[in-house]
Amino acid sequence: MSNTELPRNDGLAFDPAVVEAVRVNTPASQRRAASLPARRSLKKDHQAAWLARAISMIDLTTLSGDDTPGRVKRLCAKALQPVRPDLLEAIGLPDLTTGAICVYHEMVPVAVEAVRGRIPVAAVSTGFPAGLSPFDLRLAEIERSVAEGATEIDIVISRRHVLTGNWAALYDETAQMRAACGPAHMKAILATGELGTLKNVMKASMVTMMAGSDFIKTSTGKEAVNATLPVSLTMMRAIRTYEAMSGFKVGYKPAGGVSKAKDAVTYLALLKEELGDRWLRPDLFRFGASSLLGDIERQLEHHVTGRYSASYRHAVG
Amino acid sequence: MTVAEIFESMEWGPAPESRAEADAWLDRHGRSFGHYIGGTRGKPGKTFDTVNPATGEVLAQVTQGTDADVTAAVKAARKAQKGWAATSDHDRAKVLYAIARGLQKHARLLAVLEVLDTGKPIREARDIDVALAARHFYHHAGHAELRAELMPDAEPWGVCGQIVPWNFPLLMLAWKIAPALAMGNTVVLKPAEWTPLTALAFADICDGAGVPPGVINIVTGDGETGAALTAAQIDKLAFTGSTEVGRILRRATAGREMGLTLELGGKSPYVVFEDADIDGAVEGLVDAIWFNGGQVCCAGSRLLVQEGIAEDFLTRLKTRMARIRVGDPLDKSVDMGALVHADHKAHVEAILTRTTGTITRGEAPEGCYLPPILVTDLHSADPLMQQEVFGPVLAAMTFRTPAEAVQLANDTPYGLAASVWSQDIDMALDTAPRIRAGVIWVNGANMLDAAAPFGGMRESGFGREGGVAGLAAYVRPVQGANLTALKVYDDPKGVTPAMDRTAKMFIGGKQARPDGGYTRAVIGPKGRVGEVGIANRKDLRNAVEAAHAAKSWSGSTGHLRAQILYYLAENLSAREAEFDARLTAQTGSKGETSEAIRHLFRWAAWADKNDGRTLGVPMGGLALALNTPMGVVGAFAPEEAPLTGLVQIIGAALATGNRLVVAAPETAPLTATDLYQVLETSDVPAGVVNILTGDHAELAAQMAGHRDIDAVWSFSSADISAVIEREAAGDLKRTWVNNGRTRDWSSGDTAPWRAASTDVQTIWIPFGV
Repeated sequence: MSNTELPRNDGLAFDPAVVEAVRVNTPASQRRAASLPARRSLKKDHQAAWLARAISMIDLTTLSGDDTPGRVKRLCAKALQPVRPDLLEAIGLPDLTTGAICVYHEMVPVAVEAVRGRIPVAAVSTGFPAGLSPFDLRLAEIERSVAEGATEIDIVISRRHVLTGNWAALYDETAQMRAACGPAHMKAILATGELGTLKNVMKASMVTMMAGSDFIKTSTGKEAVNATLPVSLTMMRAIRTYEAMSGFKVGYKPAGGVSKAKDAVTYLALLKEELGDRWLRPDLFRFGASSLLGDIERQLEHHVTGRYSASYRHAVG
Repeated sequence: MTVAEIFESMEWGPAPESRAEADAWLDRHGRSFGHYIGGTRGKPGKTFDTVNPATGEVLAQVTQGTDADVTAAVKAARKAQKGWAATSDHDRAKVLYAIARGLQKHARLLAVLEVLDTGKPIREARDIDVALAARHFYHHAGHAELRAELMPDAEPWGVCGQIVPWNFPLLMLAWKIAPALAMGNTVVLKPAEWTPLTALAFADICDGAGVPPGVINIVTGDGETGAALTAAQIDKLAFTGSTEVGRILRRATAGREMGLTLELGGKSPYVVFEDADIDGAVEGLVDAIWFNGGQVCCAGSRLLVQEGIAEDFLTRLKTRMARIRVGDPLDKSVDMGALVHADHKAHVEAILTRTTGTITRGEAPEGCYLPPILVTDLHSADPLMQQEVFGPVLAAMTFRTPAEAVQLANDTPYGLAASVWSQDIDMALDTAPRIRAGVIWVNGANMLDAAAPFGGMRESGFGREGGVAGLAAYVRPVQGANLTALKVYDDPKGVTPAMDRTAKMFIGGKQARPDGGYTRAVIGPKGRVGEVGIANRKDLRNAVEAAHAAKSWSGSTGHLRAQILYYLAENLSAREAEFDARLTAQTGSKGETSEAIRHLFRWAAWADKNDGRTLGVPMGGLALALNTPMGVVGAFAPEEAPLTGLVQIIGAALATGNRLVVAAPETAPLTATDLYQVLETSDVPAGVVNILTGDHAELAAQMAGHRDIDAVWSFSSADISAVIEREAAGDLKRTWVNNGRTRDWSSGDTAPWRAASTDVQTIWIPFGV
């Protein structure tokens, strides 16, 4: 998204009426999400192309306490060469990379050096994953990551503002974080697994978009429940509503929970159905994932050779 | 296109389902089919083509069923029926279970055949048609097992003729055959002319499931074959199809003492309130009107959207329409396939030329396809708001208030289904049951399940399919003996009672003179007892208007209705001797008042106990089957039990929330007119019970033909059962007639009364956070 011709979301003034107007019928959302995989099926070349597209939109992620420079460098190398060269040649996409690399602040310099500007480096920030460190430190953390070369910042919102209905506070907090990001693009992590209802997910989506988020993102990957199709449907519909209100296109990032190639295709099908083709690009969509790539690699080898693959036939990320 | 090109375009690609197995099955049968009668496939007779509407190719030759074919099938069914009914419930359950398993084992073949024959998309055929058909047989394997518990003492009708439509050939077959077999009937089923293949494939499953020969017979053909089946010696006819044909069948079966259930057309409203989940409601419309290309009887074809959100709603709807994929029905990623037949496509387009509205179309390929179509700027009189289109055409209008939404929703002769969208529980649950429709979906559309009764009100037909309510359609009511001739006494001229008394009629809580100005004498064994007015069609009209004005009765609480019925019993009890004497004076029979009081107590007891059910459907939330009052019931009281019969009618109608127009017994009209004094003193609200005196034969056609009466019952000794059934075809009102037979008026069995007094309304309320 650092490379985009789209105008950035400047945000809108906080309007409580937008929050009050939110209605989400959960069973209807669940039915739509449940029936979608059976309604859209991709086969052969189309499946391969869609899987390659999925790779191009992965934020290849490592967010672990045991991350080391060596581990991060290896992941960066994988991001730049996500699939075996012979397979990429076979499908005619030799320069395919993932969308970005996503790391903790401490690993930003390592990652920036490793990717050599070929893909963006995203940093999780603001007291990730709970978002409960002192607010001034959270803002300072953003500024430090941007200063070290991160061009995308994944912030976490204060869930307590959602759970207590303090939408103005959520707006102010998010707007200040957006200001702290400066030129870096901001992805607002809603931690949807902790918000209780789809209605809260949509309200939080609307508020963080009004506050200027470039992307809205489901989860840190650390909650008990991460990205799901009903949550994705809800957030995509919020993005569509926000575009109708403001004219700005906001990106979407499901994170955690998407680990199978088939699931990735389902998410992209939902995206195409609900938001349209323009969103099927890395400036408006990302998967936050670590193990998804491995499954896609195996599917691509199957596509090229007609033989089912094994994980050891692909380089470790 | 290369992978790299698709990587840029991100287009959908083809995802074809193979038809090889279906073609192999057709080839195995030489692509030519006879009927399936008595457990064997006959040789093809005179045949016609069955065509794949998506391609125009001829799939197979199918035999046109003749009168002789139908006769042979009915004979085979008759021969098998006694043995099948005598088979133990458990053994019948095993056969139904084996059919369910057979459908699952051949699911893909059946789904592909259905696609080839109907043009519907493979996703629907696979995930809905075949899946629900199997579910129906599983559910009814259970009903067969539990028959003695659920329907004690019930007898099967015998041989059932069943005619199913082309929109869900296999699923409608399942809806017809499963309950019939579970209750011990045998069947002759005629699939639709355009779509016979899955029924013919089903014959293979019957063979594999151990269905005894003759229990299921399948005769193919067109409307003439259907007419032959209707005219044949069958005991019950079940039909799903158009309202127009439903009327013909109602007339054709009138007076034959047959069972009849009709699942007919609809123009179902889809109501969206301003507090709805708009995106959810837009998506719901895809299931409501573009499911099976709108070729669905319960399609949500009338969009009623609250004015304040209409513009936003329609904008989002048009965006959604643009993403609906229409094309090759065998493609797994297609949303809408072909229409069933080129003739049907022409029919839909012809209706579209008559609208004055603004038409918005999605995209569709050339051929037997239509895109999703939205028509806006409509008024209520536009043909698209009134006529069933049976195609992918959504007609949209706005409303202002909840009351107006209900009014517009009910502004149709149909009453099959409705959707109500609101996130406000008060709004949704208050509105849903006020729509006169057999099936209501709250925040949903086209949810179907074997455990949930499905069927219409008004001109959408009668009878239910699914659930316990659906079993009632396949059991025969208890038959009484033939009525004997009435005893008529000669008028001893010149002998009059001490003082002239001419009883008036009772309309709208007031005594009313007959409009025609004619009266007649009531003659008992000891001479003249009094005089009564002779009601004509205008008196009937006035009585029906009064009954409609009393509509708050239908919304009153069971407790209130119970109190009033108890009070009625109390006041009748106070005048027991007088009523007994009056009856004796008119007919010579002994008094019935104590029996009548017992009936009133029983109905008072039922008034707050005629509970519906919660249904075991596979959904998070609640599905309810409510027993809703018919509305205004017209009835002819019996001669053989003048007071107990009249009180049964009043008790049943009132306890269940109906208003009543009742024609007094001809031989004892003064018993009925005396009763209005008791009604007046018992707080029965004006118009809830209206009493006419007059000639039953004169009034029968008027009452059955009156378009604002919801049901007509006859226990008359006059020969009016046939005329009532025939005249009821006009608006397909519910009838319950005695066919010239007596009933046991001392019986305490309220079940048939409650069934006749209420319509099952199924309300789906999915919920969850």
